[in-house]
Amino acid sequence: MTLSLNQKSALLSIVLLAVGLLIWEAAIPGQKPLEEMTEYERLTGGGAQKAGVPPPSQVLAKAWEQLSNPFYDAGPNDKGIGIQIGYSIYRVLSGYLLAALVALPLGFLIGMSPMAYRALNPFIQVLRPISPLAWMPLALFVIQDSEASAIFVIFICSIWPMLINTAFGVAGVRSDWVNVARTHELGPLKTAFTVILPAAAPTIITGMRISIGIAWLVIVAAEMLVGGTGIGYYVWNEWNNLDLTSVIFSILMIGIVGMLLDSAFAALQRAVAYAE
Amino acid sequence: MTKPFLSVEQLTQSFPDGKGGTMTVFEDATFGVEKGEFVCILGHSGCGKSTIMNILAGLAEPTSGVVKMDGYEVSGPSLDRGVVFQNYSLLPWLSALRNVMFGVKARHPNWSKTKVAEHSEAYLAMVGLDGDTIHRKPSQLSGGMRQRVSIARAFANHPKLLLLDEPFGALDALTRGTIQEELLKIWGETKQTVFMITHDIDEAILLADRILLMTNGPLARVAESVEITIPRPRNRTEIVEHPNYYAIRNHLVQFLGRRSKELSGRRSNGTPQVPETVRITMEETAEPEGDGDKSPRLHAVQN
Ligand SMILES: Nc1ncnc2c1ncn2[C@@H]1O[C@H](COP(=O)(O)OP(=O)(O)O)[C@@H](O)[C@H]1O
Ligand SMILES: [Mg+2]
Repeated sequence: MTLSLNQKSALLSIVLLAVGLLIWEAAIPGQKPLEEMTEYERLTGGGAQKAGVPPPSQVLAKAWEQLSNPFYDAGPNDKGIGIQIGYSIYRVLSGYLLAALVALPLGFLIGMSPMAYRALNPFIQVLRPISPLAWMPLALFVIQDSEASAIFVIFICSIWPMLINTAFGVAGVRSDWVNVARTHELGPLKTAFTVILPAAAPTIITGMRISIGIAWLVIVAAEMLVGGTGIGYYVWNEWNNLDLTSVIFSILMIGIVGMLLDSAFAALQRAVAYAE
Repeated sequence: MTKPFLSVEQLTQSFPDGKGGTMTVFEDATFGVEKGEFVCILGHSGCGKSTIMNILAGLAEPTSGVVKMDGYEVSGPSLDRGVVFQNYSLLPWLSALRNVMFGVKARHPNWSKTKVAEHSEAYLAMVGLDGDTIHRKPSQLSGGMRQRVSIARAFANHPKLLLLDEPFGALDALTRGTIQEELLKIWGETKQTVFMITHDIDEAILLADRILLMTNGPLARVAESVEITIPRPRNRTEIVEHPNYYAIRNHLVQFLGRRSKELSGRRSNGTPQVPETVRITMEETAEPEGDGDKSPRLHAVQN
């Protein structure tokens, strides 16, 4: 039997998953009797009674339970996983779109004008390395609203990769292509949309893809801080409830949503890619 | 004397030489091109051919001097001056057809999409591209096909002046041959004025009505204007048998090999640098006083 490379790698993935889950399941038996433990296990506290890490079967059961009714709402501390993720996505997209509205035109300007680039570069260099969460106290104080502050933090963290990649992409557009626009008497706006934008699109979308990844990383932390709703808050809340099954389940959900967001941008990237 | 259709008057271009001074590429270059004429400019690499062409296209500003077309001074690029660049002038994210349509749409903003497409397809067909090929992206086309698309895009717009910068420089000899013939055909049909840069002597003789010869830079000059006294229609196999062919060819080879160096580096001192007109002919019947004399005639006419 011959399998394609894709089929082989899919098979290998399934095998790895199955083996991983089996090892995990097997590694979490009930507590071992004391006399069967090694010296090392006794010394590291292996014998103490504790809330154990749940086996995958329990996590799966939890996932089934949560995903079969994702949108229930039973008060502030008990909402379905779908609602929590919905809140997080809403915040990420609001902050992200605001950032895009600022970063894309500004990036165009910086990319087209060496003077604007030099004038703005120092600010960008200082602001960019600041951890987005460092803005949180200031945001909370100035904006006085936890919801808006979370969105602001997303805004500030997603703006830089988009801004820098847009500027870089626009500045790097081949002068031959710009000359084609010039010899066809296209105005500045027409040139921007029909030549510079498609030429720089792959670089711009790469920046947007990096930004959405960072935004999704940051929203979890931001929601742990501001609380109330969202997947980040959910993880923290379940940790406080010592419900590790839910914690693991929500960690998986964070990964899956992040992957979906990323693959949406990967598809976009393929759509605008061109070969020279 | 009436002004030619395209008139280049005392064009000077200098660039900073990177050591605080300036490097003058050419000084007070003065020449003209008549309407419907096919002119090739021949010279060693670095002498300033592309610089002249970019000024004619309006893509660059000369240090001093003016270019007039149809009596109007050239300032900035225009749809009346179509350009075919050596490389990369196709937009790689558009198909061949859409690249041509890009130009046609710019020229005729109020044409319907079908009209734009039909017009574009007609010009692609003229350079031998049709069927599936025209829906491919430039990266999926051979170098020769890409340059055909560029030529179709330029001709489809009916510019008053067509500028070509070493359009076939990157192509192999066989492909170059076929595209040269297509270029001749399409030029014969449209009778546009063409100004073309090349470094290939045979290509210049095949295509041009007149060849401008440039000396080496810096301080290059358009030193001679050589008339190609071979009747049209021409094709590559027949022109080599024409009595004037080798005389013209020898003259060009001599110029590029020796005199382009000797004549370079002279300052103009503010006087217009007009090329000498050279007319080479071996035909006995052409000149009455040339009876029996088989040597090529060289007529230098100061205009
Ligand atoms: N933008 C520029 N800045 C400085 N020097 C230039 C610039 N453009 C061209 N040159 C110089 O001018 C000379 C002529 O260049 P070019 O017109 O490209 O030559 P050609 O097309 O005949 O090979 C070269 O020596 C080149 O280095
Ligand atoms: Mg050149």
